[in-house]
Amino acid sequence: MALNKKKLSALNDLQTIREMIKRHKKNDLAFAALGMFVIASLTITLIVLFLDLVLDGYPKFTLDFFGNFPSRRAARAGILSAWVGSSLVLIVTFFVAVPLGIAAGVYLEEYSKKNWFADIIEINVSNLAGVPSIIYGLLALGLFVYSFGLGQSILTAGLTLALLMLPIVIVSTREAIRAIPVHIREAAYAVGATKWQVVINHIVQYSYGGILTGVIIGMARAIGETAPLITIGALTFIAFLPPSPVTIEPPFLNLEWLNAGFTVLPIQMFNWISRPQHAFHINAAATGAVIIILTALMNGAAIKLRYNIRKKIKW
Amino acid sequence: MVTEKNKHNEIVKAESKDLNFFYADGTQALKKINLPVYENKITALIGPSGCGKSTFLRSFNRMHDLYPGNKYEGEIILYPDNTNILDKKVDPIEVRMRISMVFQKPNPFPKSIFENVAYGLRVRGESNKRMLDDKVEDALKGASLWNEVKDRLHDLAFNLSGGQQQRLCIARALATEPEIMLFDEPTSALDPIATVNIEELMSELKKKLSILIVTHNMQQAARISDYTAYMYLGELVEHDDTNKIFTNPSKKETEDYITGKFG
Repeated sequence: MALNKKKLSALNDLQTIREMIKRHKKNDLAFAALGMFVIASLTITLIVLFLDLVLDGYPKFTLDFFGNFPSRRAARAGILSAWVGSSLVLIVTFFVAVPLGIAAGVYLEEYSKKNWFADIIEINVSNLAGVPSIIYGLLALGLFVYSFGLGQSILTAGLTLALLMLPIVIVSTREAIRAIPVHIREAAYAVGATKWQVVINHIVQYSYGGILTGVIIGMARAIGETAPLITIGALTFIAFLPPSPVTIEPPFLNLEWLNAGFTVLPIQMFNWISRPQHAFHINAAATGAVIIILTALMNGAAIKLRYNIRKKIKW
Repeated sequence: MVTEKNKHNEIVKAESKDLNFFYADGTQALKKINLPVYENKITALIGPSGCGKSTFLRSFNRMHDLYPGNKYEGEIILYPDNTNILDKKVDPIEVRMRISMVFQKPNPFPKSIFENVAYGLRVRGESNKRMLDDKVEDALKGASLWNEVKDRLHDLAFNLSGGQQQRLCIARALATEPEIMLFDEPTSALDPIATVNIEELMSELKKKLSILIVTHNMQQAARISDYTAYMYLGELVEHDDTNKIFTNPSKKETEDYITGKFG
């Protein structure tokens, strides 16, 4: 009798345990559903937005659109000067923000003493990442345009966007460096390497995947920036190209383009959207689609690169 | 120059003298340690976790200098030149050039097998291809890894097994012809067969250099070492011939630890 009772209670216990597990699993389900809902609504919003732009702008997806200057006649207007401008500005941004950002990240992680001064720099860098971009524009107007006399040029625009991108590069460099395990770092020091040798031969090489991801995400942000470039006085209507950076005669490189006036894709779009004629709105939609595609391509490249590099280095 | 010798007429290669060590938070991890390391011998450090044996080992290549706030007191003298390697005037990099280290977990660089072994030489400015090839081959042979990797020197080191990776790390430490090699529990992450390989390797290596090893495994200390030091709570309790320590220790605490009554 007693034995039977025991068996029964054990069975009951099992029942309770199963019910409890079922109850607890409801939380999993609820959270997964919520997450799914949020992600789905974000994705759908983006897709709808993108499709809307494509549907509006699809008549303009022709080679002419990419090869023509803006024009007073909507049908003939293109984005040649805008995409060339965007590219040249991004080149300047890249060559300024990447070396500075990596150097700053390496310095903060490897060289600086961990004291209150480092803390202040750390807080500042994080803050910079959150400052509204128009403030960078104002800073650039005062500093680059007026104080340094660089004018409303591609150089000024590149430097401005570089400021904007710098915190992203610094933060991603530091994150990537921190991901390198202590025992690898110690192994390098143990064979007698100096700090500089450790940085050059190990730290930078092992973290370049993370750094690259940060660089691309930063560039993707920079390509869509409008406010700071309007603030420094970018032109909205340009019917000429800056001098070519590459020449046929030696020295083959020409730096004249840095001083040229410019426009960029988002500004071109902004300009067209503020016209009353509907035909220009079609151009604007097409330009918007181009910007979104470029951004998506860059972010996709960042994800792909990160994936490939992670596969190669496993600690 | 006077060479110090012990009763067996063995040469002292290095010696810690009244060594105290403090971590940045102020805890004293080593208390007045006096311990010789004999030339061409294996000296094993045993003791329970947290007794300071790794801290002691890592003082020999100034690893603690990588982290701010750590403080040494006392001396570690390296013979025959009588250099106090803890002296602030002695650059830790110079010390690491003479004393190399093998870590607990195999830690090859994410580079090729060749580059792993060659790195110590590159750091020393060696760039002659022939010279590098020769020295890498010698080091890999010295670490009895050459036959297994000679056809794939330019493969990633991560593709090797755990035991092979650890022997690669030994080759890396060996390539620079150090005077002393430090081993920090080199087999604790390895399977028994890989462990035996490493132990045999160490017995081979001591013909060329002096070895200081930290081990959690008392049998390992008994198997491979010539001298054993028992540490407890940052102090050196006893140091003697390995035979003596394991058969007839002079201190009660050592006996309790050896026999498993404690620890």
